[in-house]
Amino acid sequence: MLRRRLNRWFGGEDRRVDSRTIYVGHRPCPANEVFIPPKFCDNRIVSSKYTVWNFLPKNLFEQFRRIANFYFLIIFLVQVIVDTPTSPVTSGLPLFFVITVTAIKQGYEDWLRHKADNEVNKYRVTVLEDGRRIQKESEKIKVGDVLEVDEDETFPCDLILLQSSRDDGTCFVTTASLDGESNHKTHYTVPDTERDVESLNATIECEQPQPDLYKFVGRMHIYKNNEEPTLRSLGPENLLLKGATLKNTQSICGVAVYTGMETKMALNYQGKSQKRSVVEKSINAFLLVYLCILVSKALVCTTLKYVWQSKPGQDEPWYNEKTLKEKETNRYLNMFTDFLSFMVLFNFIIPVSMYVTVEMQKFLGSFFISWDKDFFDSEIEEGALVNTSDLNEELGQVEYVFTDKTGTLTQNNMEFIECCIDGHQYKYRDASSEVDGFCVTDGPMNTVQQKAGREREELFLRALCLCHTVQVKESTEQGQGQEDGRIDQVDGLMVDGQVVPPLQEQRGFIASSPDEIALVQGAMRYGFTFLGLESKTMKILNRTNDVEMYELLHVLNFDPVRRRMSVIVRSISGETLLFCKGADSSIFPRVKQEEVEKIRMHVERNATDGYRTLCVAYKHLTPEEYDQVDSGLREARLALQDREEKLMAVYNQVETGMNLIGATAVEDRLQEEAAETMEALQGAGIKVWVLTGDKMETAKSTCYACRLFKRNTELLELTVRTLEYPGKRREDRLHDLLLEYHKKTVQDAPPAKTRVARNWSSQDFGFIVDGATLSMVLNSSSENNLHDYKDLFLQICQNCTSVLCCRMAPLQKAQIVKMVKNSKGSPITLSVGDGANDVSMILEAHVGIGIKGKEGRQAVRNSDYAIPKLKHLKKLLLAHGHLYYVRIAHLVQYFFYKNLCFILPQFLYQFFCGCSQQPLYDAAYLTMYNICFTSMPILAYSLFEQHISIEMLLENATLYRQIGKNAMLRWGPFLYWTLLGVFHGLVFFFGVWFLFSNPALQDNGQAFGNWSYGTIVFTILVFTVTLKLALDTRHWTWINHFVIWGSLAFYVFFSFFWGGVIWPFLRQQRLYFVFANMLSSVSAWLVIIVLILLSLLPEILYVVLRKPRGPYARQKKLVQSSAGGIQSPRSSARPLLMRTFSDESSTVS
Amino acid sequence: MMASSYNAKEEDGHHSGASSGTGVSKNKKPDNTAFKQQRLPAWQPILTAGSVLPAFFVIGLIFIPIGIGLYVTSNNIKEFEIDYTGVSSDSPCYNCAKNFTWNTTEPCVCTVNFTLHQPFESNVFMYYGLSNFYQNHRRYVKSRDDRQLNGDLSALTDPSKECEPYRKSGDVSIAPCGAIANSLFNDTLVLYYVDSNNSISEIPLVKKGIAWWTDKHVKFRNPAGNGNLTLAFKDTAKPVNWAKPVYELDPLDPENNGFINEDFIVWMRTAALPTFRKLYRIIQKKSGATPTLPNGNYMLNITYNYPVLSFDGRKRLILSTISWMGGKNPFLGIAYITVGSICFCLGVVLLIIHHKYDNRNTSADIPS
Repeated sequence: MLRRRLNRWFGGEDRRVDSRTIYVGHRPCPANEVFIPPKFCDNRIVSSKYTVWNFLPKNLFEQFRRIANFYFLIIFLVQVIVDTPTSPVTSGLPLFFVITVTAIKQGYEDWLRHKADNEVNKYRVTVLEDGRRIQKESEKIKVGDVLEVDEDETFPCDLILLQSSRDDGTCFVTTASLDGESNHKTHYTVPDTERDVESLNATIECEQPQPDLYKFVGRMHIYKNNEEPTLRSLGPENLLLKGATLKNTQSICGVAVYTGMETKMALNYQGKSQKRSVVEKSINAFLLVYLCILVSKALVCTTLKYVWQSKPGQDEPWYNEKTLKEKETNRYLNMFTDFLSFMVLFNFIIPVSMYVTVEMQKFLGSFFISWDKDFFDSEIEEGALVNTSDLNEELGQVEYVFTDKTGTLTQNNMEFIECCIDGHQYKYRDASSEVDGFCVTDGPMNTVQQKAGREREELFLRALCLCHTVQVKESTEQGQGQEDGRIDQVDGLMVDGQVVPPLQEQRGFIASSPDEIALVQGAMRYGFTFLGLESKTMKILNRTNDVEMYELLHVLNFDPVRRRMSVIVRSISGETLLFCKGADSSIFPRVKQEEVEKIRMHVERNATDGYRTLCVAYKHLTPEEYDQVDSGLREARLALQDREEKLMAVYNQVETGMNLIGATAVEDRLQEEAAETMEALQGAGIKVWVLTGDKMETAKSTCYACRLFKRNTELLELTVRTLEYPGKRREDRLHDLLLEYHKKTVQDAPPAKTRVARNWSSQDFGFIVDGATLSMVLNSSSENNLHDYKDLFLQICQNCTSVLCCRMAPLQKAQIVKMVKNSKGSPITLSVGDGANDVSMILEAHVGIGIKGKEGRQAVRNSDYAIPKLKHLKKLLLAHGHLYYVRIAHLVQYFFYKNLCFILPQFLYQFFCGCSQQPLYDAAYLTMYNICFTSMPILAYSLFEQHISIEMLLENATLYRQIGKNAMLRWGPFLYWTLLGVFHGLVFFFGVWFLFSNPALQDNGQAFGNWSYGTIVFTILVFTVTLKLALDTRHWTWINHFVIWGSLAFYVFFSFFWGGVIWPFLRQQRLYFVFANMLSSVSAWLVIIVLILLSLLPEILYVVLRKPRGPYARQKKLVQSSAGGIQSPRSSARPLLMRTFSDESSTVS
Repeated sequence: MMASSYNAKEEDGHHSGASSGTGVSKNKKPDNTAFKQQRLPAWQPILTAGSVLPAFFVIGLIFIPIGIGLYVTSNNIKEFEIDYTGVSSDSPCYNCAKNFTWNTTEPCVCTVNFTLHQPFESNVFMYYGLSNFYQNHRRYVKSRDDRQLNGDLSALTDPSKECEPYRKSGDVSIAPCGAIANSLFNDTLVLYYVDSNNSISEIPLVKKGIAWWTDKHVKFRNPAGNGNLTLAFKDTAKPVNWAKPVYELDPLDPENNGFINEDFIVWMRTAALPTFRKLYRIIQKKSGATPTLPNGNYMLNITYNYPVLSFDGRKRLILSTISWMGGKNPFLGIAYITVGSICFCLGVVLLIIHHKYDNRNTSADIPS
């Protein structure tokens, strides 16, 4: 970080020109008279934060930036400077402990980073220097070095590909470690450079480093023997990223353009912003309260002290004279130091160790998620992944779940279902024995039972075969699973005993999107097999088993804004064709309108069935047109600035006036138990919103299949379609609709309480909105009532059980999440997604969950928790989240409680010692109380407690509602715990006070002193506080037993030990044999027993009287309610379509 | 007390060993152990009215008799208390209290007469009590040097800073230093029995066994000086308010002189509250049937050295017998009786609630 900043300062010159110039192989170029070797950072990757030298100061600085640590440091310093009642050790030791533990943890983590850095930095690479191959350490690479990388090696820095061992000037890489996409991506050498790298004389001009993995703009000047330099454009296809791995290519040569911390990979590893949980916010609120208590206590005591001292003879009786120094200091300064002393005396009320315990609980507790075998998916051989342990308890507080559809609710395992050519529906039937395995179904749309013309059919299939970026997996590759098997079968069906090239039998496809594979496979079933792309030539095996060759001229890549992609190919006959496929909404406006209607019906019907549809169009390009396009594209690609925009403009220009051929339908199956999971979440009172980029119809049917919408759900639609209303402007219509829906859902709805109470009511609302309308709602800035719209919209949404947002751009997803997150009551949001397009919403939500799906690892990397399947969300929230929340909430409340009743007697003692800041307890007890005597039981509790068993939590989703809205950390429970603490403190102190009205408590008539008083109170305190926890523990594992009884035993042992020795390092042997003498007194025993019992009495009573009584009663009650509520809708008749849909999904799973 | 159910989910735990052993651990599948799956066998106590009820009754039934026993015991303890501060003009020590100055060589002696109406059987413990004396004031509590008191020679001549302003007298360090030692209670109390024919006999007072054994034998030690205390303390000064140096506290008994003087040790154990009593002497029970202190008239002879009026303090003499629970204190008995009764009452209330609730519960179950 700092490094980069420095670089920015020193490299200011580079900044100004906004691009960098690289001399390939550090060879001076004729164009530049003077060769100034430019300064770039070296190739060292520094992900570590500290070095050996700066670790201590830097780490300490970072730690003391935390408010709590800083507070304790201040207290410690006050103790050191001012004459305070407790020695600095009492607060210094815990602080030291906390700081040390944290420092060790962070140091260890940093050491691991150092190790990883070293592994990367010391990696041996081959550098070509003056025609020789030199082995170097990776960190020594400089910008401009020419490197050689062999197969299966990772690139040590960002390289421009100069030479490849493949003849066609390409190489394959996989970026699995960058974005998780395991397919092979093709990268191209810069033309004209591949012949001789050694003598290449060139400069590269490229943009300054930026983190976008998929963007790169640059150009290369190649100088040849004083000729005019040739200019080549460089794009992302020429750039090999650090971290990617070379595949299927023996070796490549490349020139380093970005090194070290300036590589795209390094720039992408920026730390995520810290998410804070509600519990942490509650802790801070409570801390504030306790700080107020602390300050007011100190103020009260200071005032009382001076009131008391004003009485004659009290301030300085003859037996207790002040020192000279005390007499001389200013009265007001004295008051101030007195105040500070009281603060120090009572500072234990704010528990230092709570932070440690909370951290430890979170850190250790998160292991249970990754250990859970129920999260293990045998398919990908992975379990859950915990990226942050700070949010465990947040999982128990979720109110809104935002889920992606594709890959999350659905499997993203595409299967070609049917297609439609010129309005004729084709459905593939496995069982049919028709000659070409290809038949026309007699769907209701087909008024004329006939196929489309053969030409159109073949054109359509060719389009499917050509318009994609699929690669053919080579036969040497491993891991051809079922896919290949299926293909073999299809092959066998088609080939009719003809000779098939052996390679074809083991054909597998790799693509970044599973849709494309499904389409290519679909085309294969109909007789057109894509054989692969070789040096810009696509080969297709057609129905008559002839190989057709097409020259691939341009690929107009897919992007989510255009929502379509195109290829321009030239057939053998010299025809130039453009094939385009994309979403209906992006294709229909660009084709001849008379063709649209025939297809639209099919598309909509398919979409209602829950299929993903794509439309296919083509266009003949005349040579003149092509030349224009070609030059346009080349020009745009060469542009250094705004390349994207320029390309987009050309794309849009080309993709017009096309002919629509047909549409395809691809099925995306539901995830296992998707419906059950969604139902459980809704049962838990969580509102589920589906945010998808998909079409409304498709998404809607998925929602029905997932039972997010039910038969009786009234759907409120706010989409482009509903906005089209004759005779009205869209804005007005939007206004009307919003008001109407608002009336329906908010004003006419029964008050919130009853709505929560009834579980599955007669009137559920489902809300559907699409991206275009949403941006109208959110961005209608020209209108005055912008605020109103947003508010209305939000209120409608919040009163619907499920909301479906379709046609969403990734950023809009995040916008929605943000909107809900910042709405009234700031509900806790959770986002689930599996793809790169979900990253924004995963980062935006309070909790981000990544599904380890097929769309790469982006989502998993940016998530807080990653799970293999959607169905795991149920256990993650209902069981783990619930338990974690209960555990940590109890932990927090208990910590405040135990410190309140720890310090209250000390406060009360001030009234009896002339407010002189005399501590009641010995320093050792003050120090050890939170560290040793009472910390372990609560830690064990907060790790192992299961107040309700996991099974029951999973069975009864409604239990989740009990802890909703931060129920255990609201002011009510806090007040209860505080009062309990006060009560205990009063009982401890005054119980012993009454006993000490006659301090002769031993049977030999000897009297007890003030340290005995403190020790008796402390003993009662430790036992009561521990037994109180024991009362709260509902789940006694052997660890709980060990820790609870162990820490009590330890207390006794320690007290004997501490009081049994004259400690040479102590000034005062205050506790010498105090504990033993206490135990020899029967009265002390008796008072300890009776006070402990008296303290616990209200607690026992509370537990007993609280209804329902115990988990079993609760279970009984819940089983009844679930039998009446949750079960019924499942059995009720759902629409036929949905039933088949979900039944299908359940048979799959 | 608690109804309990053992929730044994052990089957999972048992075959876990087998499954994890068969190379499953090679892939990343989590171990199927009871611990990692949060399935440790656990005892799950449930507190219900039904299970707590008997406990309440049992506690009540145990505590009430104990409480009564304690109360009776405490009541049987004989205690006599007399204030001899001399605040009012008619009290015998009025003059001594009023005319007190630090620098008198002639001690002021006064005599207080009192009557015991009941005989004190067994050993009688004689306490002095001080009121409004803040021995627990922080400045006071810390004003001592335990190293010095433990016989540490370096601390003897160079006491801890905590002892200020009673650390040095001029250039010579004070032994024992500090405010506590300086303010050692130095009234001398002598008790006489006045029998029916007005003959006065002194009651023998034992001054040993009044301090904690560990204090006397371990915590407090005289500095080494070949048995000669005067020599051991020769480089030190006596505390400012003391009449005589520490090695003359009990010149007759070397085992009770210097730092290990028991009166001194008792004083050094600072009291918890501003009103306190400290053990002064023990009156041993005589052999035979005669009570230790028969009823009748007594005479208390006070050498009045200790001023308390300047800070509105009070001085008392307390004569008390001691039971197994210590001195007279009705609090414990009352506390036990109260808590026992509360438990018992709660038990009754809970019983009623439990009874009613259960009836309601079963009837409510049917319609739902």
